[in-house]
Amino acid sequence: MTEVAEPRVPLLAVERLTMRFGGLIAVDDLSFTAYRGEVTAIIGPNGAGKTTVFNCLTGFYRPSAGQLAMHHDGETLQLERIAGFRIARRAGIARTFQNIRLFAGMTVLENLIVAQHNPLMAASLFSIAGLLGLPRYRAAEREAIERARHWLNRTGLTDRADWLAGALPYGAQRRLEIARALCTGPALLCLDEPAAGLNPRESAELNELLLAIRAEKGIGILLIEHDMSVVMGISDHVIVLDYGRKIADGTAAEVRADPEVIKAYLGEEELNSLPKEVAADLEAPQT
Amino acid sequence: MTAASGLAVDTAAPPSIIWPALLKDALLAAFVAVLLAVPLVGLQTYDVGGGALGIRTHFDWVGFAAIGVFAGRLALRLLPRTRRQHEGRGGRAFSRVSAWSNRRARAITLTGIAFAVALPFLPFSSRYLVDLGTTVLIYVMLGWGLNVVVGLAGLLDLGYVAFYAVGAYTFGLLASDLGFTFWEALPFSGLVAASFGVILGFPVLRLRGDYLAIVTLGFGEIIRIVLLNWAPVTGGPNGIGGIPRPSFFGLPFARSAPEGVTTFHQFFGVEFSPDQRVIFLYFVILAMALVTNLFTLRIRRLPVGRAWEALREDEIACRALGINPTTAKLSAFAIGAMFGGFAGCFFATRQGFISPESFTFIESATILAIVVLGGMGSQMGVVLAAILLVTLPEFGRAFAEFRMLIFGAAMIGVMVWRPQGLIAHREPTLRLGPQPVSTR
Amino acid sequence: MRITLPASGTRAGMAYFLQQLINGLTLGSIYGLIAIGYTMVYGIIGMINFAHGEIYMIGAFISIIAFLVLGLAGVTYVPLALAVVLLTTMLFTSIYGWAVERIAYRPLRGSFRLAPLISAIGMSIFLQNYVQIFQGARVKPMPPVIEGGFTVFESGGFAVRLSYLQLFIMLLTLALMVGFTSVIAMTPLGRAQRACEQDMRMASLLGVDVNRVISMTFVMGAALAAVAGLMVTLYYGVVDFFIGFLAGVKAFTAAVLGGIGSLPGAMLGGILIGLIEAFWSGYFSVEYKDVSVFVVLVLVLVFCPTGLLGRPEVEKV
Repeated sequence: MTEVAEPRVPLLAVERLTMRFGGLIAVDDLSFTAYRGEVTAIIGPNGAGKTTVFNCLTGFYRPSAGQLAMHHDGETLQLERIAGFRIARRAGIARTFQNIRLFAGMTVLENLIVAQHNPLMAASLFSIAGLLGLPRYRAAEREAIERARHWLNRTGLTDRADWLAGALPYGAQRRLEIARALCTGPALLCLDEPAAGLNPRESAELNELLLAIRAEKGIGILLIEHDMSVVMGISDHVIVLDYGRKIADGTAAEVRADPEVIKAYLGEEELNSLPKEVAADLEAPQT
Repeated sequence: MTAASGLAVDTAAPPSIIWPALLKDALLAAFVAVLLAVPLVGLQTYDVGGGALGIRTHFDWVGFAAIGVFAGRLALRLLPRTRRQHEGRGGRAFSRVSAWSNRRARAITLTGIAFAVALPFLPFSSRYLVDLGTTVLIYVMLGWGLNVVVGLAGLLDLGYVAFYAVGAYTFGLLASDLGFTFWEALPFSGLVAASFGVILGFPVLRLRGDYLAIVTLGFGEIIRIVLLNWAPVTGGPNGIGGIPRPSFFGLPFARSAPEGVTTFHQFFGVEFSPDQRVIFLYFVILAMALVTNLFTLRIRRLPVGRAWEALREDEIACRALGINPTTAKLSAFAIGAMFGGFAGCFFATRQGFISPESFTFIESATILAIVVLGGMGSQMGVVLAAILLVTLPEFGRAFAEFRMLIFGAAMIGVMVWRPQGLIAHREPTLRLGPQPVSTR
Repeated sequence: MRITLPASGTRAGMAYFLQQLINGLTLGSIYGLIAIGYTMVYGIIGMINFAHGEIYMIGAFISIIAFLVLGLAGVTYVPLALAVVLLTTMLFTSIYGWAVERIAYRPLRGSFRLAPLISAIGMSIFLQNYVQIFQGARVKPMPPVIEGGFTVFESGGFAVRLSYLQLFIMLLTLALMVGFTSVIAMTPLGRAQRACEQDMRMASLLGVDVNRVISMTFVMGAALAAVAGLMVTLYYGVVDFFIGFLAGVKAFTAAVLGGIGSLPGAMLGGILIGLIEAFWSGYFSVEYKDVSVFVVLVLVLVFCPTGLLGRPEVEKV
């Protein structure tokens, strides 16, 4: 699975990230690195601060302390210093949301075209070229539609391209959100609980989709997830948070067996009172 | 058709009508109506003279109110039982009209434009009718302009009349101080109004829904009060008069002109008639309104317009996609204000004078009502609502007096029963597949 | 219009200041009572009751009508008349408040964001025109009911007067505030209301009749607005169908200034707005006094939307 001797290229280096809301410390001194072409999962019990980390990364919160270094297009950008909406454009980070945020009143295709707003704006010279119907803009629009079509194919939404986004079934909406994020041409794709509400079959399909994306584009994927079949199935690298602090960092197998992780999820007393067989089972790594 | 077949599928026996409960409910409603009506309807104050008031009783009106509410409540409870599965008979009719009109959108639009162009020349036409048409078109243009802000960008602007006023006063001042003509002042009206749009936009950037509405309302009022009181500049309550009428590319619409200037009727070799200017004004506003519409249709297909609609749907998702919400909002305000300014300039030249009493909050609310009733985002709906608003009072004194009352009630009614408005449809700006034969 | 002010720094200047203070407090009490209605409704269902100003206007009209009827009935004993009018207007205006909620807001509970606001605007237009049609568009005058006052302080030839009416307004407001706060703090209804403000779904799961609580909130707000309407009728001696609009916006400003959702904040905001208006018209110009309040509104919403006593909201992404 992992090619030998291929150097891991760091994509996102989070250093000592801290986020405080008044007296509450949501994220406490967190450091980790996400690599190009790898799927990094952030897991942890509810309230551990996972979405807060995402919000810091994508410019919705300003971190109280810490550095977020993104290596993109040959330069290193400090995310904590870039204005929220610029992060998508300059740093190449795209995200999806825990509660789906689609443009429900617009069609599927339009959702994907909106995602390509910035290149289209540039091509249309702030819409002036567009208003005049200049070929330069029309070419850019055709290109945008092609890119949208590409991702529609990948996510199996082509025949519903003219549907209203709000009319799609739940699983398709989740896929549309991912397709929309991909249309921004990101280097790092941040997915917030993409498998929430999906049944096992849909989760497996999601795994396939994510692996295909990774293979095709070589982008990094940063994932918040509770669904262990997704996490264990495709993650190269897992980070576990509890009460805002990192308690484990390693491969899926390593993390699974980590006693700290087990304690965080199950609770200490529970751990001690497990029947022998189950406890043994937890400790032996499974493929 | 589709609706009918749907009805066939859904034929189940409606639940039986429980008369005692229904009657009790309606009686209760009527009782509340009596309590409400007695103080303000049943007892009417009137001027006795010398600063004193007398009271007249109108308990018969209270009785009518009670009966009306009783019957209405009963009807409301009864009718939906037979058509609950659909949006209601009235609603279904509207849906059918709406669907039909969307399929024939192009044909309807062309017919409408043709009719509008031909209006002054039709046999039953008259100066009165053309005047009415001009008023309708002003409101249509204002509605389309506000549509950019409310319908496309989803920013509830309750102070739109401010931009209308700014455009009008810009022309008024340019005309009285610098002798500008209508055509010369028009771009300035738009520019100044757009600047005010940006000025308004800045404070409201971080506000959502309700707060945004109130601040824009406050802005509109500030403008009106300043116009009313800053007499040295704006003429105070008297406003600005003597605003020049437009000329036909330099040919004035007058019976005679000073040395060396040819008038319109002299140039074209026709008899002078005061109607000529009226008709010309009509065509000017028609052209302006059509330009507004064309612009809006075009800009929806451009990144700027799509960004507005996306902003309306979900601002947070917009930020995550790299859209700058600040520039999107400011541009929406500016463009919407610009059209308001153009309309204001026209209003000034049509009336020949302007004063602050034309620019009250009621105007803003009226324009908003047009946009809302028409169906936010729907171009045709705005036309329909504007026609209704302007022509309703013409059908009788009763309508004229009750006009705003009806409009207020209509706003509530539309929100409760058909929030999408009269003709609600959002035409997608792009399609991957072929145009559907029937609408979904 | 230039106002000749007494020279500042002199004792007459001090007296003038005191007079504006008294005027401002009186006006502020009225605004505060209306503001409470706004803040309570916003606290519980998160929407601005745009028609609340009209409720206040209706309260004023019902007050006048009640006084006229009492006059015709031959009741001239002032305290009795006041009490009867107070109760009457509170009763009927509350019903209006209740009806507005049932007709324009309850059906829209699950609707899209702007729907209740548009409906509220429609209701506001409707009520204004309703009163205009049935009561006439002209201003309604009211002869003074409570007359007289006393001089609090005099210096430099300027006498600071506190009228009995002003005293009545301030004391009544105080009494209502005390009564009201204890209702909210101690009665089951008040508890239910606070619960609904915090988490409506949970409250309903625990057996609270949410619909009833919301209705009661509107009723209480309307009752207080009715008192404000009565006060304004007595204080200014004239009402017309349009007073609701301006007073409504100012009272809303007061609610926001004090911190929307906070009851003491609403009263505090009201008093501040009243003082701002009184001092502005006393020291600068009367024509632009309304502009001063609107500017305050914009400034508060832009720079400090949670107001003085409000709770800051964190945006949930």
